[in-house]
Amino acid sequence: MRAVTHATWPALAAALTLALTACAGGGSDSSAEGGDAVLSAVWGDPQNPLEPANTNEVQGGKVLGMIFRGLKRYDPMTGKAQNAVAEDITTTDSQNFTVRIKKGWKFSNGEPVTAHSFVDAWNYGASAKNNQKNAYFFGYIDGYDKVHPDSGKQTADTLSGLKIVDDHTFTVRLSQKFSTFPDTLGYVAFAPLPKAFFDDHDAWLNKPVGNGPYSIESYKRGSEMRLRTWDAYPGRDKAHNGGVDLKVYTDNNTAYTDLLAGNLDVVDDVPAQQLKNVGTDLAGRYLNTPAGLIQTLSFPFYDKDWNTAGAAKIRKGLSMAINRDQITKTIFQNTRTPATDWTSPVLGEEGGYKKGLCGDACTYDPAGARKLIEEGGGIPGGQIKITYNADTGSHREWVDAVCNSINNALGNDKACAGNPVGTFADFRNLVGQNKLTGPFRTGWQMDYPLVQNFLQPLYYTGAPSNDGKWSNRDFDQLVDRANAETDPKKAVQLFQQAEGVLRDDMGTVPLWYQNGSAGWSERLSHVTLDAFSVPVYDEIKVG
Amino acid sequence: MARYVVRRLLQMIPVFVGATLLIFLMVNVLGDPVAGLCGDKTCDPATAARLRSEFGLDQPVLRQYLTYMGHVLTGDFGTAFNGEKVIELMGSAFPVTLRLTLVAIVLEVVLGLGLGVLTGLRRGRLLDSAVLLFTLVVIAVPTFVTGLLLQLLLGVEWNWISPSVSPDASFGELLVPGLVLASVSLAYVTRLTRTSLAENRRSDYVRTAIAKGLPRHRVITRHLLRNSLIPVVTFIGTDIGALMGGAIVTERIFNIHGVGYQLYQGILRQNTQTVVGFVTVLVLVFLVANLLVDLLYAVLDPRIRYA
Repeated sequence: MRAVTHATWPALAAALTLALTACAGGGSDSSAEGGDAVLSAVWGDPQNPLEPANTNEVQGGKVLGMIFRGLKRYDPMTGKAQNAVAEDITTTDSQNFTVRIKKGWKFSNGEPVTAHSFVDAWNYGASAKNNQKNAYFFGYIDGYDKVHPDSGKQTADTLSGLKIVDDHTFTVRLSQKFSTFPDTLGYVAFAPLPKAFFDDHDAWLNKPVGNGPYSIESYKRGSEMRLRTWDAYPGRDKAHNGGVDLKVYTDNNTAYTDLLAGNLDVVDDVPAQQLKNVGTDLAGRYLNTPAGLIQTLSFPFYDKDWNTAGAAKIRKGLSMAINRDQITKTIFQNTRTPATDWTSPVLGEEGGYKKGLCGDACTYDPAGARKLIEEGGGIPGGQIKITYNADTGSHREWVDAVCNSINNALGNDKACAGNPVGTFADFRNLVGQNKLTGPFRTGWQMDYPLVQNFLQPLYYTGAPSNDGKWSNRDFDQLVDRANAETDPKKAVQLFQQAEGVLRDDMGTVPLWYQNGSAGWSERLSHVTLDAFSVPVYDEIKVG
Repeated sequence: MARYVVRRLLQMIPVFVGATLLIFLMVNVLGDPVAGLCGDKTCDPATAARLRSEFGLDQPVLRQYLTYMGHVLTGDFGTAFNGEKVIELMGSAFPVTLRLTLVAIVLEVVLGLGLGVLTGLRRGRLLDSAVLLFTLVVIAVPTFVTGLLLQLLLGVEWNWISPSVSPDASFGELLVPGLVLASVSLAYVTRLTRTSLAENRRSDYVRTAIAKGLPRHRVITRHLLRNSLIPVVTFIGTDIGALMGGAIVTERIFNIHGVGYQLYQGILRQNTQTVVGFVTVLVLVFLVANLLVDLLYAVLDPRIRYA
């Protein structure tokens, strides 16, 4: 029921968006597909092989987003999940889902997209022997513990929860109730795969084939990928340009220089050093919009110093000692927004974002901070060290600023210091092995625009990304209830209640929401960023 | 001569083993690379364990090293984390860096020697002082400043060149990056040649040659230059290895996908296979270049004989 009523609105919205963008194009716009001109865009070398269930970072995600369409697609404007390849996804009990696939979809090599394309792809992604890094996304599907046990040998090759009914229908049985499951299916790990993927895996990896608006013309690993508009693409979101050349840059400063010199068309990460000049350099051809990314400070709850009743007060005090407004303004030039809850503005009010949920605890108040920390028994060990990785993302600057802010608020020069770790991998090792004794940097980029994704994977007891090992029974129960709730409104309310539990114990300190930024050349128009801060390539027009 | 070469080649073996072992250990000290593969998330334990065993990371370090060297001796440099064979990465990276190094060396020799000879013969004149001052500035300014400045001026302001180098990396495109890469060495070569020339000009054999009535150009090319070049050749020879391995900064600025780029990415991702593989080849290049320099001595200086 819900899925049916839900589907009409986004469809309308999509039609409206299409109409609007078509209007905005003006009279010169002769065909819906637009010109044949090819644009060039910045790219980074993907960290993993370009398989949908193995790609967990944005650079590989860029390509897969262009060459694949899954059952759902997140609307680039609103972030809402809309049916793409799916005709409809229905359920009566939030645990058993029936998926019907639209007829007429094909992969760019001519193979039809069928129920097999999805079921085979999901089985491949979940199976432990394939070493897919996104395997845990299939963890809600019944039988996952057999194909992907935490330890020991896998006892099955396929998920027992997936059943093919006919060529265009399959059913999914989950191991627990999860009402918003269909909305997670826009994530790239759930993309369908053609037979070619299984028949000749190496050949496919050298030149991936998908069912999206673009197909890959050539791929020179580590330097360039040429994507061209696939003319026979059956979907409604056909590309408005002739294609995209993705160029690998080692340094985003070089990419920016290339953009200024007219050598590159789209840059989607304007380097921090250039933010001051971006207004004059690009004369309005610059975008800075919220992305589904939040930065937080986590605490080691496995350390007994941080797992006391008083420690909650200290955490709250530390949060109040951080002058978020000043730091986002001076260090990030407003490309971050001070956080006032634990989700992201891209969800929208309806989706579960609640401005000000954090309340006083996230408002700068040095006197209150000092008082709370004193009440809590003072900072454990007399000094906190914020651990971060120094190799990427200009973390040093903001950690130093946060420490300054804390030191000033507490009137103690030694209350807080940064603790840099050389590489990201090493940092993640320390986090993963529970070896930290003080607060550390954590960031979360959403996988799909649902409030569930900002809470459950991060704060549920034993959840995969619960780095601080925070655990709270009330929180867990509220999340369980929210997942079982079929009314989306009530589900969101329950998630927000759970977020309240998190706030009262200050499980993590929210710092700021990260924005996505993009700059583009004079010959482009209609450049936008989606909720994942990836440029919406298919809507860009050249000339 | 042949015996000398063989002896030198044999000496390379312990150097080679020691250097690779050191690099292997250093990369290993950084810790478990698998944790960095899952973004800001924790890898699920089953997948992480499987990846570790696939890359052999669950073995003791020494065993890992022995297995790795065993593979290397059969020409298998392993696989990078993104599923690419390291040998393929080398195949795409080394030609690019080789071209860049070649451009740099040629510029170093032509400009460095040229300026050195010119100033060495005209000591104290205006040209000499100007070149001295210029080399001083070049040595004092870090490469990345020179690089970014040239990129901005030539690439953006005047539009003479493209600020980044295309994947093909042809010689023409590498001219400016090569100049940036060579700049500091170029200045040293100039100064070294100048001093060496100036010293030898006053030596007895030059006076004898002039007294014999030899023409000036013959005195300079046959006697003065040949003797003055020995320290310069040493410098340039050792510089080949340094230029190939030290191009990280230049390659980053001009977005050249060469050895420096692969090393940088390998280190960031703690990809032992890539880093050790590339460094191994660099070590070999360094050793061979040094041998060639030593052999060149004999050609330049008849007094040196290898037995």
